[in-house]
Amino acid sequence: MGRRELRSPLGRAIGLGSAKEGVQHWWAQRVSAMALVLLGLWFVAALIAHAGADHAAVVHWLHAPVTAVLMVLLLAVVFYHAALGMQVVIEDYVHSEWLKLFSLLVMRLISFVLAAAGIFAVLRIAFGG
Amino acid sequence: MMRAALAPRFRARLPQMTQAERPLSPHLQVYKPQLTSVLSIGHRATGLALSVGTIFLVWWLAAAAAGGDAFATARWFFGSWLGLLLLFGWSFSFFFHLCNGIRHLCWDAGYGFDLRTTYATGWTVVAASGVLTVLSFVAGLLMRGQ
Repeated sequence: MGRRELRSPLGRAIGLGSAKEGVQHWWAQRVSAMALVLLGLWFVAALIAHAGADHAAVVHWLHAPVTAVLMVLLLAVVFYHAALGMQVVIEDYVHSEWLKLFSLLVMRLISFVLAAAGIFAVLRIAFGG
Repeated sequence: MMRAALAPRFRARLPQMTQAERPLSPHLQVYKPQLTSVLSIGHRATGLALSVGTIFLVWWLAAAAAGGDAFATARWFFGSWLGLLLLFGWSFSFFFHLCNGIRHLCWDAGYGFDLRTTYATGWTVVAASGVLTVLSFVAGLLMRGQ
């Protein structure tokens, strides 16, 4: 907050700009990005360590509690961040209003389904015998 | 169009003005590609590529959960030339999106806006993502060979 505040006191109190929404999307994209710097590097390092690994080795790796928790976190944050990013791309390039709405709904549906399927797979291995 | 705001003599000429083939900014056909704009669109392209890659990640995890036969299929695919090509593309996309994403976070924090720094960090992103991709791919191939 500088000395010269351009927003009116009421505008600042409500926290909404001309877009009729706040800065939640902007913040969510940045915070999830910061989480993905760590989770992403861990995941890529783990993939390199398991390059060409057979079924038993991959299951053994995913069965470990630390791996399972980090994988669930990674999947949740990856699909959250991807959905936020794809939302901006759709909003920028799809100009027809109904097609934009349809694309956003389908994109979110696919993101939710994939996130649920991925997390279920990890939990199945983690809790499985 | 703020038609009413125009003086009458301009208002009369408006139809032919709007029908003229004016280039809209940024008009990609006449716009010279610059490092800044290429990296900006590259950030979106790699983000979309990684989003598509998540489908294959979920397939890989689901195959591991389903059992040995399903996993053998996924393992065969990712070891094929097409699988390796996709993995190489996703590796580059990951490192580019990571490096350029950190560049974006620095901008968001208010640093690195002057032209010199923007180009220096831009070329650093290109070099770092290239080197990291090659290093990680060589490391992966060496691990696979063991």
